[in-house]
Amino acid sequence: MKIVKEALAGTLESSDLLVKVAPSPTDTLEVMVQSEVIRQFGEQINKVVRETLEKMGVTAGQILVDDKGALDCAIRARLQAAVLRGADCNKIEWSRLS
Amino acid sequence: MNNMNDPKLFEEPCLKGLEKFEEFAQKAPYLRDNNLKHTRKIVESLEDAIRRSGLKDGGTISFHHGFREGDKVINMVVGVLAKMGFKNLTLAPSSLMSCNHPLIEHIKNGVITKIYTSGMRGKLAEAISNGLMENPINIHSHGGRVHLIQSGEINIDVAFLGVSCCDEFGNANGVSGKSRFGSMGYAMVDAQYAKCVVMLTEDFVPYPNNPASIRQDQVDYIVKVDQVGDPSKISVGAARMTRDPRELMIARYAADVIEHSGYFEQGFSLQTGSGASSVAATRFLEDRMRKKGITASFALGGITGNIVDLHQKGLIDKIIDTQSFDADAAESLRVNRNHMEVSTNCYANPSSKGASVDRMDVVILSALEIDLDFNVNVVTGSDGVMMGASGGHSDVAAAAKLSIVVGPLIRSRMPTILKKVTTRVTPGENIGVLVTDHGIAVNPNRPDVEERLRAAGLPVFTIEELHARSVAIAGEPTDVEFLDKIVGVIRYRDGTVIDVVRQVKPL
Repeated sequence: MKIVKEALAGTLESSDLLVKVAPSPTDTLEVMVQSEVIRQFGEQINKVVRETLEKMGVTAGQILVDDKGALDCAIRARLQAAVLRGADCNKIEWSRLS
Repeated sequence: MNNMNDPKLFEEPCLKGLEKFEEFAQKAPYLRDNNLKHTRKIVESLEDAIRRSGLKDGGTISFHHGFREGDKVINMVVGVLAKMGFKNLTLAPSSLMSCNHPLIEHIKNGVITKIYTSGMRGKLAEAISNGLMENPINIHSHGGRVHLIQSGEINIDVAFLGVSCCDEFGNANGVSGKSRFGSMGYAMVDAQYAKCVVMLTEDFVPYPNNPASIRQDQVDYIVKVDQVGDPSKISVGAARMTRDPRELMIARYAADVIEHSGYFEQGFSLQTGSGASSVAATRFLEDRMRKKGITASFALGGITGNIVDLHQKGLIDKIIDTQSFDADAAESLRVNRNHMEVSTNCYANPSSKGASVDRMDVVILSALEIDLDFNVNVVTGSDGVMMGASGGHSDVAAAAKLSIVVGPLIRSRMPTILKKVTTRVTPGENIGVLVTDHGIAVNPNRPDVEERLRAAGLPVFTIEELHARSVAIAGEPTDVEFLDKIVGVIRYRDGTVIDVVRQVKPL
């Protein structure tokens, strides 16, 4: 899945997160994760982000995650929504998202 | 009449070392001037007051935090002290807030080198947690502060006390003037024990100002300033009324626990603190009190509008107020005869001749963290950074018949229940019940309470069960890493050290 335009998903409310995606000028994958609970859950959040992108076949793009203490399920959902919006994708392969 | 000028007279053994009368105003020259007699304490400027106070480098200054986030006095006074070149001062306010972040500069510049406080928030708390100060900050409870003052460890040279108005002699209260904040419970202690009291006032009222929470015989100098505080910011921060359904749910459970605790009888006493759920719990108590046909004898502590409401409806007979958390509480203190103002010595000092907390039945308290042994942390966040205040937590927990801690099971992914709290402020043996949005846990040292709550059909679990549930939802947090440097010393209410806070390891 290729990110072709800038897109957003989520909010900066407590227990939520904001995900921004943008096309990569160098055609590489750059992931940046900020979190209020980076000290306690940083590893887990990075793992969920990596796995979700992998599953969706995202190999290039700028991905910015600003987490306000969201659970894994919310991180996955917001990331998927941002990527789908940024990829301008009309046909969604639901099985790849579960 | 004897000839007092007889040189032999003062050689009499019984007069050795005594001084001869000269004239009536020798020791009080202002008595010769009818204007000066009334205005002699009033000085032109804060600088003037500071010079006359005799404050020296290395001295101790104190403040009250009745305005909470709206305070203007601490930053203003320390700013002036910095300009005047003071160094090495000990800052001993009753508490510090987010609004005190300008102190960071004064700490860097060596104006402030030691701090005693109930707590701190925001940028200042972050900076100190990250090792800003050479000496660790001492965190005490409200009652414990008075204990440290009485024991001499906090030896206040000059107290700077902000009030909305006072008379020319310094009689002052927190219920008149345009910036009313209510009870002067903290300031009363400083006024009693400081060697010099400088009163900062926005306005003068005719003598005698009544009631005199701070009395004329306690005040040395009075200086008029533009603003001492913004009362609209008092209920910002800790004390707030919630609409959050989760917090309301916890509040309802807390009311259930009180109802079935065994202490819900005619004439019971209660305290609800300043946390969102505990403030809201009072809302749910009204129906239960009416249904049972009982009234409370008194409510204690930090007082909110909800408590005032129950008082005015006749459900709480008296209010004992050491800090008014909102405008309704401040107004009630002004108009209601049975709304009493007390110092923190009367409120919660364990070495006081009489502390009201000792007569407390049920208290609802907040927590940032609680562990499997029911120890409570209200000072450091789970990232190890100081962000709260000790307040009256350990005072009332120690003295009340039943202490109920309320909090969500998970907030922003952080579990409230941990295997071990980051910082111990209140010992677990003083906590009877934990109420969360996922259920209730009772300390095994209170089987009597557990039996009653179970019999009432409340969702009672073990604290281990609730902990396992939070881990299943949010995951297990990794431990925060600390350096060796001690940045905070947690003083228990009796002055002993119950824990220390170490500097957080930079990421």
